[in-house]
Amino acid sequence: MKPFDYRSPADAADAVRSVAGNPGAVFLAGGTNLVDHLKLGVVEPDLVVGVAALLPGEVEELGGGALRIGAGVSNSELAAHPRVREWFPVLSQALLSGASGQLRNMATVGGNPLQRTRCVYFQDVTTPCNKRRPGSGCSAVGGWTRHHAILGASEHCIAVHPSDMAVAMAALEAQVRVLGPDGERVVPFVDLHRLPGDAPERDTVLGHGELVTAIDLPALPLARRSAYRKVRDRASYAFALVSVAAAVEVEDGVITDARVAFGGVAHAPWRAYRAEEALRGAPASEASYRAAADAELADARPAAGLDGGNAFKIPLLRRTLAAVLRGLAGEDAR
Amino acid sequence: MTLPREPEAVGLDLPRRDGPVKVLGTATYAYETALAGAAYLHPVQATVARGRVTELDTGAAEALEGVVAVLTHATAERLASTGNRELAVLQDDRVAFRGQVVAVVVADAPEVARHAAALVRVGYAQEEHDVELRADREDLYAPEKVNPDFPTDTAEGDVDAAMAAAAVSVEETYRTAMYHNNPMEPHATVALWEPAGDGFLTLWDSTQGVHSTRSALAAVFGLEEARVRVVCPYVGGGFGSKGQPHVNVVLAALAARAVPGRPVRLALTRQQMFCLAGYRTPTIQRCSLGADRDGTLTAVAIDVVELTSRIQEFAEQTGVPTRMMYASPNRRTTHRLAALDVPVPSWMRAPGECPGMFGPEVAMDELAERLGLDPVELRIRNEPDVEPGSGKPFSSRNLVGCLREGAARFGWAQRDPRPGVRRRGDWLVGTGVAASTYPVSRMSKSTATIRREGERYVAEIGAADLGTGTWTTLAQITADALGVPVARVAVRIGDTDYPVASVAGGSSGMTTWGSAVVEAARAFRARYGDEPPEGAEASGDVGPADERFAMHAFGAQFAEAHVHADTGEVRVRRLLGVFAAGRIINPRTARSQFVGGMTMGLSMALHESSVLDPRTGHVVNHDLADYHVTANADVEGIEAHWLPEHDPYVNAMGSKGIGEIGIVGTAAAVSNAVWHACGVRVRDLPITLDKVLPALERPSAGG
Repeated sequence: MKPFDYRSPADAADAVRSVAGNPGAVFLAGGTNLVDHLKLGVVEPDLVVGVAALLPGEVEELGGGALRIGAGVSNSELAAHPRVREWFPVLSQALLSGASGQLRNMATVGGNPLQRTRCVYFQDVTTPCNKRRPGSGCSAVGGWTRHHAILGASEHCIAVHPSDMAVAMAALEAQVRVLGPDGERVVPFVDLHRLPGDAPERDTVLGHGELVTAIDLPALPLARRSAYRKVRDRASYAFALVSVAAAVEVEDGVITDARVAFGGVAHAPWRAYRAEEALRGAPASEASYRAAADAELADARPAAGLDGGNAFKIPLLRRTLAAVLRGLAGEDAR
Repeated sequence: MTLPREPEAVGLDLPRRDGPVKVLGTATYAYETALAGAAYLHPVQATVARGRVTELDTGAAEALEGVVAVLTHATAERLASTGNRELAVLQDDRVAFRGQVVAVVVADAPEVARHAAALVRVGYAQEEHDVELRADREDLYAPEKVNPDFPTDTAEGDVDAAMAAAAVSVEETYRTAMYHNNPMEPHATVALWEPAGDGFLTLWDSTQGVHSTRSALAAVFGLEEARVRVVCPYVGGGFGSKGQPHVNVVLAALAARAVPGRPVRLALTRQQMFCLAGYRTPTIQRCSLGADRDGTLTAVAIDVVELTSRIQEFAEQTGVPTRMMYASPNRRTTHRLAALDVPVPSWMRAPGECPGMFGPEVAMDELAERLGLDPVELRIRNEPDVEPGSGKPFSSRNLVGCLREGAARFGWAQRDPRPGVRRRGDWLVGTGVAASTYPVSRMSKSTATIRREGERYVAEIGAADLGTGTWTTLAQITADALGVPVARVAVRIGDTDYPVASVAGGSSGMTTWGSAVVEAARAFRARYGDEPPEGAEASGDVGPADERFAMHAFGAQFAEAHVHADTGEVRVRRLLGVFAAGRIINPRTARSQFVGGMTMGLSMALHESSVLDPRTGHVVNHDLADYHVTANADVEGIEAHWLPEHDPYVNAMGSKGIGEIGIVGTAAAVSNAVWHACGVRVRDLPITLDKVLPALERPSAGG
């Protein structure tokens, strides 16, 4: 571990100035991912700026069914929040499906979407990785790809984003409030994460020194009927092979509106617009669910690799989406 | 001989004597040993799997404040013995596997050591490596023996002819994965030479055997054993990986000699444990079973292919349980190895039996299916009268009792044999069974001393408690052997200052150490009668095993598996094991051993797999986030029971070792249950959802 300086800034603006003015500086919130990376040598900052104590730690009702979630709210607190459970069950379920109780107590809403891929090659500094060291090559291509992307990958990077919470946020049309050296701005959650393209070292559209201060959830009545389904290799404490966040509105056996996002399959939480489009106006039936999945997965590309690669994710995701939609449509479908 | 009185302490459900200090966090593990002025060691590891070190630039590391020493093959002392190639560290420029230690940094703080290790620049002349195990390799070879000293191959009758003539047969290939032991406490050593830099070496080491570690280290450093002391009161799990010293012990001792007067601490990181601390070889098992129409076996064969390291051989005895499990006139077992550019494989809970009862016990289920016979009944029909191969009578064999008791407790009688026809909600449900077995082993050397100290009787022996219960169970045996209340018995273990004890391996601990304690107690009573004076002392040695009998423990495991009809996720809702393992010394610690073994077997069935990337030659999922072990949420209903079994031949206590049998057969029972649930035979572990998903995709499957 390379030695670094630590700074406790006075407020968020001070924190932003500290990081923005130093290319070797990073923010530290819950530390559930960054501390690992410090030990492994994945990141070697000169300066660590602690922000956990100064980020807003409240969930605020904005009226009309909208919420503002302070970036310092812990995953545990958010998952248990009565309004979240009532208005956005998909988000509560996603949070509770992630990590362990101890990690959820440490993890923050601001830090969670910014956690980095768990690609084993990214985390191992003895192997080439374009995300860790641009231009060094991608070790995952042709390697162990079980946990890698089937959508939106590039020849330079096939990593996936590991967050569960972010998948729900993408489906819920959340807005990310960001404080930067030039002031505040709002980034739609679905635009926060990038696809790898030829610059996989950049996970998000945030600039150096930009700090997430809150995430807003706009009113979304159909989210009251929403769910998160995570499919993984063990019953807890594992990252998603695939996951589905979905909300649907059904009237007289017809799907009138839907929000769908996928996790575990791309460099970003994958908002499934094509699936949503296919669902709108379709009967709540198995055939519709499959058609929606097929529409979204038309461009899916498995990554060949050890132990059979990850081609299984395509049928798995199709079947999981159908199961989630079936469950949500429930009695209205019959 | 047997215990001198009807057991009073033996068999009691006593809590662990070491429980309170562990719960309070005051039990001292090796790395935590309180010593002033310690230095910390961090290894530098090879980033190629085969080749030579051509350049070692340690300047930046040495220049770092707080760095005390950097050792390389050019600067480290020459070891007296390099016969154990795994322990011959920093002796030459060869790299034999990726992750091998090529230098070490010693510093005032662990963070500094780790940082400095990253600053050591190493150049290599890389050579082409080969880490791929395949059954069709042309360089497979037959080892001279398999672990520890079984014949490599056995043959009786004519298997090929019997297979050709069999009314019903099974011939399939089964695979178990590479596994890493992953105890919670990493491999950790603190080394101190006194007087400074030379003289007497003390090692506080997390080990399953203080005396065996002392022997190995004395040989490596060319010391008399009397000049080495090894201390280890508590072990945070070992599962075989601490049964033999690994390179951490040698490194700590080497480094401590290089920084005179200072103790050196080393704890491997979790990632380092995936290349420096042993593991279980993957196995490829070609299993053949032939039977008459009534299920009588006419042929049994297992042909095993597995790997070893090019620098040192370890041949897992995977085919050995097939030699004695069921009766058959025709039988063949073989082992072939591929020597690869990988770390040295080693012991992991039930070497041989654990992987070796996967293929054969799934094959038995497949045979039962083809015969239309209940798999419990098929096993009962093939009970041998005497041990196949040796022809010896069994000291006791209660496999049938375990099968019947387990079937009754599990509710097996109502089972519909058809696969893929039960559904509860979104889950397809099935049940499966497999047999377990483990030999009764006795090590040749162990001595115990018993002494009266005030109102207490103290038993001393350099035994180990890996969380298994030794602190408690040895006291129970001592109490009954002396005829005194267990509360008056104190036990001292885990130190070479106590009499010599064998390694805790092969489930031999209680048989070996307990026998020595009983002998010591007999000598004590003979010498002092019922009124021993203060300071009265006597010793006893473990005697030889009774060679007239074949001695094994047996068991039967039943599993209920659920397969999600949409996603193929596999969950085991219920595991039930019944074991026949002689007299149970302490039901509380015994249940913990059985349930722990079964849990590890469940982990093998569903989760564990070390992914060795052939391009780099290292295990890429080398942490507990990616190397999945069964976690709490995966373990639902799990029960262990045992039959009352009287066996006067195994040892004075009438006990059989129970540390390993729980992991034997579990994975087969789970695989058999998964087949029953969804109709898919998973012959290669682990049973992950991608292996059952294709069958669920077929429209007829799963209802």
